Amino acid sequence: MTVAAEGGAARVRPPGPISRIKQSYNKHWYAWAMVAPVVLVLIVLVLVPLVRGIYLTFTDATSDNVGRTIGVNHIPDTFKWVGFDHYQEILSGGDGQFWPHFVWTIVWTVVCVTLHYSIGLSLAMMLNRKLRGRTFYRVVLILPWAVPTFVTVFSWRLILADDGGILNSALGALHLPEPGWLSDTFWQRVAAIGVNTWVGVPFMMLSLLGGLQSVPAELYEAAEMDGATPWQRFRHITLPSLRSVSSTVILLGTIWTFNQFVVIFLLFGATGGEDAQILITWAYRLGFGQMPRDYAGSATYGVLVLSMLLVFATFYRRWQARGEQGGLR
Amino acid sequence: MRRGIAATALVAALALAATACGGDDSGSGKSDGPVTITWWDTSNATNEAPNYKALIAKFEKANPTVKVKYVNVPFDTAQNKFTTAAGSKGAPDVLRSDVGWTPGFVKSGFLAPLDGSPAVTDTSAIDQTLVKQAQVDGKTYGVPLVTDTLGLLWNKDLLKKAGFDKAPTTLDELKAVSKAVADKTDADGFWLHADAYYLMPYLYGEGTDMVDAAAKKITINDAAAVKAVTEAKSLLSAPGVHKLDATANKYANMQDAFNNGKVAMIVQGPWELTNIYKGKAFTDKANLGISAVPAGSTGTAGAPLGGHNLVAYAGQDAAHLKASEKFIGYMTSAASQTEITTKNGTLPTRTDAVTPAVKALPGVSEFQALLANGKARPALPEYSSLYADLATNYVKILQGKDSVQSGLDATAKSYKKLVPTFSD
Repeated sequence: MTVAAEGGAARVRPPGPISRIKQSYNKHWYAWAMVAPVVLVLIVLVLVPLVRGIYLTFTDATSDNVGRTIGVNHIPDTFKWVGFDHYQEILSGGDGQFWPHFVWTIVWTVVCVTLHYSIGLSLAMMLNRKLRGRTFYRVVLILPWAVPTFVTVFSWRLILADDGGILNSALGALHLPEPGWLSDTFWQRVAAIGVNTWVGVPFMMLSLLGGLQSVPAELYEAAEMDGATPWQRFRHITLPSLRSVSSTVILLGTIWTFNQFVVIFLLFGATGGEDAQILITWAYRLGFGQMPRDYAGSATYGVLVLSMLLVFATFYRRWQARGEQGGLR
Repeated sequence: MRRGIAATALVAALALAATACGGDDSGSGKSDGPVTITWWDTSNATNEAPNYKALIAKFEKANPTVKVKYVNVPFDTAQNKFTTAAGSKGAPDVLRSDVGWTPGFVKSGFLAPLDGSPAVTDTSAIDQTLVKQAQVDGKTYGVPLVTDTLGLLWNKDLLKKAGFDKAPTTLDELKAVSKAVADKTDADGFWLHADAYYLMPYLYGEGTDMVDAAAKKITINDAAAVKAVTEAKSLLSAPGVHKLDATANKYANMQDAFNNGKVAMIVQGPWELTNIYKGKAFTDKANLGISAVPAGSTGTAGAPLGGHNLVAYAGQDAAHLKASEKFIGYMTSAASQTEITTKNGTLPTRTDAVTPAVKALPGVSEFQALLANGKARPALPEYSSLYADLATNYVKILQGKDSVQSGLDATAKSYKKLVPTFSD
C-alpha cells in the first residue's frame, strides 16, 4: 500500500472520479459484468423510450405523420419540431382537458387513498382480534384482490347498470331515485371511487394487518394499566407503531391510484365517461383511443404525470424523514 | 426513426399501468408448401363467423396451396388494432374493413392496390357507388363484401296495438306513434341511440353533413346541423321515447329491448337481422317492419351507406399477396355472396348474387330497397375520424350538459385540427 507520508507536502488526495471508477472496476469487475445485461435491458426498455417520448413531446407527431414502411410503401417522417407548444397549450388550459382532468385526478386519488387506508385499517384491527372464524373472514376479505380486476370491474358494471342493474333495481323497489351510475358525470365518479375502493382495500388491510401483528401486546397492557382509553391506545400506540408500514403503503397507494388505469377504462368503456377520465386514461385515449393518434399530446401527458409523481414522491419522502426525526426527540 | 411508434408506445406504457397487447399472429408461411394467410374478420362472432368459416373451408378445398387462418376481431376495436399491428409484426394479410376506413388506411400506406388481380374480377356487377367508395385516386384498394344502410325497424304487432299499420315517415309522426305505443302497450315507442353514426340520418334529413368535402368546409355547426341535432334531441323529450342511455352498454341495451318487444321502433342496419330474428318478439319473422328512417324538414330521408370491403395488407410478401388476392376474389364472388346473404341476412354487393331465393329472404329485399337512399361517404381520409368527437359532444348535448350550438361549435373546433385546410 502506498500511502503518502503523513504531514508530507503530498497530502492524501481523494482519488479522482476516473481513477475511482477504475479502482472500483478492478475490485468489482465481476459485479459490473453481472449487472451489465440488466443495465442494458433497462437502457433499451426504459431509458431509450423515455428519451424518445420526451423528444416527441416537442414535436407534433401523430399516427399520420410518423414515418413507417409497409411492404413497398415507404412513408417518411413528416412531423416537425414545435418546441414547448404542447406544454404551453396543455398547461395554459388551451386544450380544455388538462385542468378538469387534473382536478378530478387529485380528488380521485385523495378520496380513494383515504378510503383505502381507513377502511383497510379498521378491517385490519377487527381481524387482529382473536375471534372465531378469523381465517374465514380473512379469506373473504382478500377475495376482491384475488379475483382478476377485469372480472371485478365487469361484475360491477352489471351491478351498476343504469337500467336493470341490481343496485338500481333495488333502489327502485324502495322507491328511491335511481342515479345514472354509468352515464351521469357525478355518479360516474362516485361509482369509479366505489369500485376502486373495493379493489384496493384488501391490499391495505393485509399490509396493515402485518404491521399490527408486530406491535407487542405488552404495550397495550401497560397502557391499559395506566388507564388509557381505547382511543388513546389507538392514537398513541397503534398509529405510531404502524408508521413505517403506513408511510410505505400510502405512498404506494397514491401512486397506484393516480395511475389506476384499469378500473376507469373498463368501467366506462374505451370511449365513454369523458368527464370521469383521470389523466392517465385520458393520455391513453389521446395516444391510442382515437384516430389519428396524437402521439405528441399523449407523450406530453405522460411526461407531466411522471413529473408530478416524482415531485410528490420526493416531497413525501422528505416529509416522512422529518416526521421520523421529530419522533425521536 | 421508424421505431417512433414502438418508442411512444413504451413511454405511454410506462405511465399507463396496463395496456392490452394484441396477439402476435403474423402469417409466416414457408415458400414451399401451402401459404398461410391470416384474415381478420369483424363480423358477429356468434351469428356470422361460422358461416364465414364454412366458406373458408370450401376455399381451402378448392385451393390446396392456400391456408386461411381465421381470426375474429370485434368491429369496434378493429380499426385501432389494425393500425397498431400495421407496420409491425402481427398485421393480418386480409382485413374485413369498414368502407369508411379505406381512405385513411390508404393514406397511411397500409393497403395494397388490387387492380388487375384475381381479387377484382368483374366489377360491373357491383354497385358502382360501392366500387367508388373503395377507390382512392383511381386505384382499387378494397372489394365490397357486404353493404348496408340504416333503416327504421319496427315491431308490427306493437304498432298495430297502438292503432298504426304503417311506419312513421316524418319525425312528427314518429313522436305521435311513440306516444300511442307507450299509451296503449307497456313498451316504449322509440329508442334513440346516442351515437354519431346514428345521428347521420337526421343530418342528411336537414340536407347537411359533418363536413362538405367538395367545398372544403366544416358544416357540423351550421344552421342545418343545429336544427338536425335539435330535432334529434327533441325526440328524447317526446312522450313514449325511451330515456337516454349513455352507458358503455347502450348498443346492447337497445338491441335487447327491441328484440324482446320492450321498444317498438329503433334505427338499425341489416347486420342485426339474424340477431333480431332470434329475439322473443320476432319468432314470427313477419312481425318485423323495415322502412326508411323518418325524413327531416327537407322531406327526404337519408342514411349513411355503410358496409365492409375485403382489403389486402401492403406489408405481405408476394406469395402471401397472391394468396390473399385469390381469397378476396373468392369471398366476394357471386356464389359466396349469395351464401353469405342467405345465411347471415346481410346485403350482397353484387347484383348477380341476388338470386330469387335471396330476394325471398325476410328483411333482405326491404333493406335493399332502402339502399337507394344511402349516401356514400366522401373520399376523405379523415372522414371516419370525424365521428369520435361528434359522438362525445352529441351525448353531452343530449344529456343537457351543453347547448346544441356550443356543443357543435366545440366539435367544429376539434375538426379544425383534423382537417386544417377546411374553412369554418
